[in-house]
Amino acid sequence: MAAMADTPVLYVRTAPAEQLPPPIASTGFIGWLRANMFSSAGNTILTLAFAALIFWAVPPLVRFLFIDAVWSGPNREVCLASPAHPEPGACWAFVRVWLSYFIYGFYPIAERWRVDVFFAALALGIGWLGWLSAPRRDLGALYFFVILPVLSFILLYGFPALGLAAVPTNLWGGVLVTIVVATVGIVASLPIGILLALGRRSELPAVRWFAIGFIEFVRGVPLITVLFMASVMLPLFVPQQLEPDKLLRALIGVAMFASAYMAEVVRGGLAAVPRGQYEAARALALTYWRMMGLVVLPQALRVTLPNIVNIFIALFKDTTLVFVVGIFDFLRAIEAARGDPRWATPVTATTGYAFAALFYFIFCYGMARYARSVEVRLSRSDRR
Amino acid sequence: MAMQKPQDFSAGTSPAETAVQIVGLQKWYGEFHVLRDINLAVARGERIVICGPSGGGKSTLLRCVNRLEDWQRGRVVVDGIELTDDPKQILAVRRNVGMVFQQFNLFPHLTVLENCTLAPIWVRRMPKKQAEELAMRFLARVKIPEQAQKYPARLSGGQQQRVAIARALCMNPNIMLFDEPTSALDPEMVKEVLDTMVELAADGITMLVVTHEMGFARQVADRMIFMADGQIVEINAPKQFFESPQHERTRLFLQQVLH
Repeated sequence: MAAMADTPVLYVRTAPAEQLPPPIASTGFIGWLRANMFSSAGNTILTLAFAALIFWAVPPLVRFLFIDAVWSGPNREVCLASPAHPEPGACWAFVRVWLSYFIYGFYPIAERWRVDVFFAALALGIGWLGWLSAPRRDLGALYFFVILPVLSFILLYGFPALGLAAVPTNLWGGVLVTIVVATVGIVASLPIGILLALGRRSELPAVRWFAIGFIEFVRGVPLITVLFMASVMLPLFVPQQLEPDKLLRALIGVAMFASAYMAEVVRGGLAAVPRGQYEAARALALTYWRMMGLVVLPQALRVTLPNIVNIFIALFKDTTLVFVVGIFDFLRAIEAARGDPRWATPVTATTGYAFAALFYFIFCYGMARYARSVEVRLSRSDRR
Repeated sequence: MAMQKPQDFSAGTSPAETAVQIVGLQKWYGEFHVLRDINLAVARGERIVICGPSGGGKSTLLRCVNRLEDWQRGRVVVDGIELTDDPKQILAVRRNVGMVFQQFNLFPHLTVLENCTLAPIWVRRMPKKQAEELAMRFLARVKIPEQAQKYPARLSGGQQQRVAIARALCMNPNIMLFDEPTSALDPEMVKEVLDTMVELAADGITMLVVTHEMGFARQVADRMIFMADGQIVEINAPKQFFESPQHERTRLFLQQVLH
């Protein structure tokens, strides 16, 4: 009750309170440090611990990857320890010599321009669709989903009638295979996953049970098993001349696997759309597919976008598993090259793996950053 | 029962004059008998207000008219089209029946204008430009044309509900269903929505309104329907309904809501 005495019953301000700058300790660099690094004893300890970790880990890494690294040379001699070079760093010379193998695998050298054209065509498609304010994105979609697959097939597999010699898929390898498997998996898994998710909620029992059976079966089995089954068991049941291509089998396996996961993620998004949205769409006489396509899915996919990208990133890295069925993806190409006796040094494997890590990181981080920017853009309708 | 126009509220009006015809409608949710032997004929241009305690089946009955709910027994004929399991019939009815919900149910990922043009473009196959002109006309009618480019989340509840009304009107419906359109609104926004509905009523569109706004009911209703326990307890002209209700349940209910 003592406090009440200080507060008068009537109060009228006589002079306006002036706007003052904030105290120095709460703004600027010092203020930022205090707020973000040293706001409490616990945070101070964490800050110091991480600073120590960075000082312990980063300089040796930089020294290995850049300062002591060997950038060019004809063979292993340059990367071995010598009196002039007692602590050999990364052997980038090895990567440089083998780079074309990492990218193209055994793709015939004379035909490699076709792979380059494919990469450029794919980049154009991704850029067109990915740049949300690009002109004529409807044409972009047509290009990406119809023209590009046909074009890619003709370019990569060959089309003798057009003078493009056939290149069987067992010659494909490296980045080419990684990109093909990841792209096909990503592009196929979203629509198939959406259909499976819709099927799982269907009112038709046959559709629903098929969707549930497919999703639960594929999710219950490791990707390696799916790939093994596709490559080892399929030939037992199918006559040899009808046997699908090895890469195609792996592609189907990866796409199925990603679709099952995608279906569950999309199902979560569908459940997040309020019932009223379905009712409003139906009351406007929209058919089932229009209701889903125009009203429900845009909202469902928006809330699940982070999870969808998560699946894309996982899928991109899971493409490394296709090596178990004898396909030479990027990582397998590095594996093969590091056994080259001409480059047998203590740092060859480390360099190869560092290169692989960089490659996967750039792609995965790129996808993550892009997804983040899309999320920010899509959240505009939430702004009040 | 003393009744004013229209005299006959059960079946019997000729199809051309009947907007909605409900005969022997029965519906169960599991064991719960939510609609019990509902018989109702709504004439073209008629404005019906349905009131009653919650859980009495008002909303369920309204939602049967555009088949958002199905039923186990009975017939519902809307605009001469019988609602059966045939999706074509259902879509045909929905094209001519607009609905406004308690929770507005605007599409949050579309702008106000896009909310209004969605169905005209995709259901009526109207060119985009024409649909936008139409939408702007109705947005002007509900007095919020300046909000057309905004997303629904940026509007007040009253504005959102007016957009929802405009969205339904863009389909040029013969019948409008209102399911407690003001129940989710802050008190100061109820009036703007009711005013819009009063204007709409003056245009002669057939309206079925579930509401607790008795002032609105008195002002626009041609007939009042009182529902309780899944049954139509009383149908009466508004004047008689409020001044001398015939059924005991109606009297009790009105005492509670009118004070």
